[in-house]
Amino acid sequence: MMRAALRSGVLAAVLLLAAPFAHAIAPTRMPTPALEARYERLIHGFRCMQCQDESLANSPVSLAADMRRQIRQMLLAGATDQQIRDFFVSRYGYFILFKPPFVLKTAWLWLTPVVLLATGAVSAAWVIRRRAALSARGDNDEDEPLDDGLAGPGKHT
Amino acid sequence: MIRYFIPVALFAVLLVLLALGIDQAPRKDLVPSPLIGKPAPSFSLPSLSDPSKPVTSTALRGHWYLFNVWGTWCVSCHIEEPELLAIARTGRVPLIGLDWKDSRRQAIAYLQAKGNPYQQIAFDPGGLEAIHWGVYGAPETFLVNPQGIIVYKYIGPITPGAWARDFLPRLPATDAVSGS
Repeated sequence: MMRAALRSGVLAAVLLLAAPFAHAIAPTRMPTPALEARYERLIHGFRCMQCQDESLANSPVSLAADMRRQIRQMLLAGATDQQIRDFFVSRYGYFILFKPPFVLKTAWLWLTPVVLLATGAVSAAWVIRRRAALSARGDNDEDEPLDDGLAGPGKHT
Repeated sequence: MIRYFIPVALFAVLLVLLALGIDQAPRKDLVPSPLIGKPAPSFSLPSLSDPSKPVTSTALRGHWYLFNVWGTWCVSCHIEEPELLAIARTGRVPLIGLDWKDSRRQAIAYLQAKGNPYQQIAFDPGGLEAIHWGVYGAPETFLVNPQGIIVYKYIGPITPGAWARDFLPRLPATDAVSGS
């Protein structure tokens, strides 16, 4: 009897201790499904500034909870997604966005991969064409002439 | 012959580039604030010691001040506290505190035990004011000029070296700090 009481007491304590964590990550409900969808999309698009590789949606730190509350309040007050993004960018910089916009300051970020790819493609094409031209002429200075006895007539004639 | 060295040379260049990248990389925990050079957020918040008396940005106009975000839960703030007291003793610039996500009772007890470097303390238990300042950790300290523009932001506990290197050169040289 005593033991059963103790056991249920411990169980209750454990459940109570776990309670705060149940609400740690974005359990909120918006009044309409449309708002809820926008809220979800927004909190996945912002970086948590404390644990920087997590989004606001996934971060358990209390600053992220404050930011989600701010987003919720702005949505309920009728702010557009762009206004909410501007609000956070003006205070935390583009760093807070997981997908930074294409502006002058971030141009290098978006263009570098394209430039690198183009450079690679151009040099690959150049090398291939050069090799093709060399082997067509038959005086490939890179390799020893393949004289394995299989070479057809004409090469040395 | 030289063509065989091209890959080696490219590799060496890449190596230097990567080494520079690691060496020169900005510390990931120090995110530059877009608020530098911009007006400080206007605010009116209850004072920590007396909720009926607000701490307002308008009352701070016309003076240099340090806006220091802290909380009793913040270990680095405890480390910073002696330096804040030293800064307060110099009288160069008043310290305005933002007690962030804290308990009023604990904060008052903390300041009674350790000493209070602040001229005024605004109380922000909900943490929404700190978001307006782009705060993402404590302590963070903003230097605001008499026109209400944020001149500088320092992240982490202020050390004597940081005070001498980063704050003093930005303050007016004379004793006209709290005037004009």
